[in-house]
Amino acid sequence: MISIENISKSFVLHNQGGVEIPVMRGASLTVAPGECIALTGASGAGKSTLMRMIYGNYLTASGRIMIGDLDVACAAPREIIALRRNTLGYVSQFLRVVPRVSTLDVVSEPLLTTGTPCTQALETAQELLARLNISERLWSLSPTTFSGGEQQRVNIARGFAYPYPALLLDEPTASLDPKNRAIVLAMITEAKACGAAIIGIFHDAAARDEVCDRQLDVGQFTPGTMV
Amino acid sequence: MTPLLQVENVAKFYGARIGCTDVSFNLYPGEVMGIVGESGSGKSTLLNCLAGHLVPDRGAVRFDTRAEGLRDTITMSEPERRMLGRTDWAFVHQHARDGLRMNVSAGGNVGERLMAVNARHYGKIRASAIDWLGRVEITEDRIDDRPTAFSGGMQQRLQIARNLVTGPRLVFMDEPTGGLDVSVQARLLDLLRGLVREMGLSAIIVTHDLAVVRLLADRLMVMKDGHVIEAGLTDQVLDDPQHAYTQLLVSSVLQV
Repeated sequence: MISIENISKSFVLHNQGGVEIPVMRGASLTVAPGECIALTGASGAGKSTLMRMIYGNYLTASGRIMIGDLDVACAAPREIIALRRNTLGYVSQFLRVVPRVSTLDVVSEPLLTTGTPCTQALETAQELLARLNISERLWSLSPTTFSGGEQQRVNIARGFAYPYPALLLDEPTASLDPKNRAIVLAMITEAKACGAAIIGIFHDAAARDEVCDRQLDVGQFTPGTMV
Repeated sequence: MTPLLQVENVAKFYGARIGCTDVSFNLYPGEVMGIVGESGSGKSTLLNCLAGHLVPDRGAVRFDTRAEGLRDTITMSEPERRMLGRTDWAFVHQHARDGLRMNVSAGGNVGERLMAVNARHYGKIRASAIDWLGRVEITEDRIDDRPTAFSGGMQQRLQIARNLVTGPRLVFMDEPTGGLDVSVQARLLDLLRGLVREMGLSAIIVTHDLAVVRLLADRLMVMKDGHVIEAGLTDQVLDDPQHAYTQLLVSSVLQV
């Protein structure tokens, strides 16, 4: 489902003396449907960078990033928009939403944009929020004022609302208590069973061992020591 | 898929000075594109060229008309262009008073657009005016008030209702949230996002507020000195800017 071949990237900081920082070289990996791969490596090794390149959030200098039959590395913006709507989900570490929009609407939005009828989308959103132990009295409120753990669970509910065939998870269990952590891990396992290809970053080694089939050390793709 | 709007090498000069030049892009149905840049970068000039308010000196602006497919709106006749302006296009001005008739009631402002496309039944016109005022969160009991009696945020929402009542396919917006306080801005953004999704609108939004484009726009164009210096997916341009000026722009935003 996801196939990455020999990709590289560097950042050029024009306003800081034009310094060029190579951050990735020769990265390759493949993920089959139903498989979950963990990206590992020290902080700064490029785990999130790789994730963002796959999502089209960072440009890729060379190589191929095939998701289904689209090469993200050279796709047009509207192709990436369609890919993100229908194929590729991303649960980031931080929730970024329009202020004033209710939690239910935040979670049901991915379903609405893919044409799910409104009542059904809201039902799915309610089920997910209930499962993730978000108290019902919070559903009509904007998540911007929620605690860190609550925001993360809202983010996860949103990411899992639509059954994406490919999914990127950036520390999905980072600020969760044991009970909710177990629920999220169960949701990841279920997504795998439904055939989703998943790439995740987990600092929690036990969580990683529980849901991931393989590990990939991103450090091997980090070009030299940075000066 | 046919683009809704196809822009090719558009240029506009003010004497020897460049307004905007070498602008080309395709906008597809349902897409929202943001145009950012500092004041004087040519973004409003470009928007006015695209919306038929200014005649570009070079280039083509082709719109996918319902009847005849792609037509160059620059070379089409004035009546045809005006008809597009009343039916398929909408233009939301930065200052609501530029887009509203200030001495006509709120309901009249919305109804006027309908009458311009030959709606004649008073009851129906008033009913859809009430419906649209409701959608932009203006209560029914304000329908007979003039916009002069409205707050800035309400005027802006009324302007949006007036523009969208005829079911346009392409909306041009010039700093739609400029000059509004942040809480009103948030409401307006929420409203616009909902409308774009429900109606499948395409929109081109000129703004200097990067937070606004991040929330509203799928794609982003960065302009400087009349040139497009960078374009791409909104989050990609903001998170991984390639051009020196874009990097400066992004890094200059104050974090709250």
